[in-house]
Amino acid sequence: MATLSDLSVKNRLFMATYRYRTVEPIPFGRPRRPLRESRVALVTTGGVYAPGQEPFDVERKGGDVSYRVIARDADVAALGIVHKSDAFDQTGFKADRNLGFPLDRLREMEAAGSIGGLAPRALSFMGSITAPGRLVKETAPEAAALLVSDGVDVALLVPL
Amino acid sequence: MCLIAAELERRGIATASVTALPEVTRKVGIPRALAVPYALGYPLGLPHDAALQTRILTAAFALLREPGPPPVVRDF
Repeated sequence: MATLSDLSVKNRLFMATYRYRTVEPIPFGRPRRPLRESRVALVTTGGVYAPGQEPFDVERKGGDVSYRVIARDADVAALGIVHKSDAFDQTGFKADRNLGFPLDRLREMEAAGSIGGLAPRALSFMGSITAPGRLVKETAPEAAALLVSDGVDVALLVPL
Repeated sequence: MCLIAAELERRGIATASVTALPEVTRKVGIPRALAVPYALGYPLGLPHDAALQTRILTAAFALLREPGPPPVVRDF
């Protein structure tokens, strides 16, 4: 397990003074049905994008709050990755995208019947958003509505 | 990620997350998170270790059965 003391001095200083956006009280929905009957969507903040899509903008001040829609049958090895953060080692993720975007694993769980089904669309954001105003007002509600329209019961969130 | 989780939970989509940095996860208010004993950047353990990745996902999904209250943070 990592702790804040594992980070570089630069990132430790940032985290020590950073005013986290917190959600209080934490919304806590109860699952509607058992997992083996649930439609599951994958959501990452790994900065993943599909071939032909525009990569995230790592230079944007405050962070890039846009998201990419990735089809459920995407070839995981062909996906691109860009991430603004230098706080984590990207070597493993680039060697195997499933480490932060486990679409292959979820397809296997669907085939095995341990989840009811995989949603038609997965979503990818890029983390390290320090100015989340537009995320809160626009892109997160829009992305959530998209998963609702896909009949999603459960979202697996993989933060990076 | 907590802001995205909140939007989903409010619309009735239950969320399960993994985290390599639980002290931050507890602070920001993620509804459910599995704390994994791996470095930052390795939320599902190791590259090309499908069996480990599946075990981590299964443990994360198991958090959905917990009654709360949030945040539900458990060690893998």
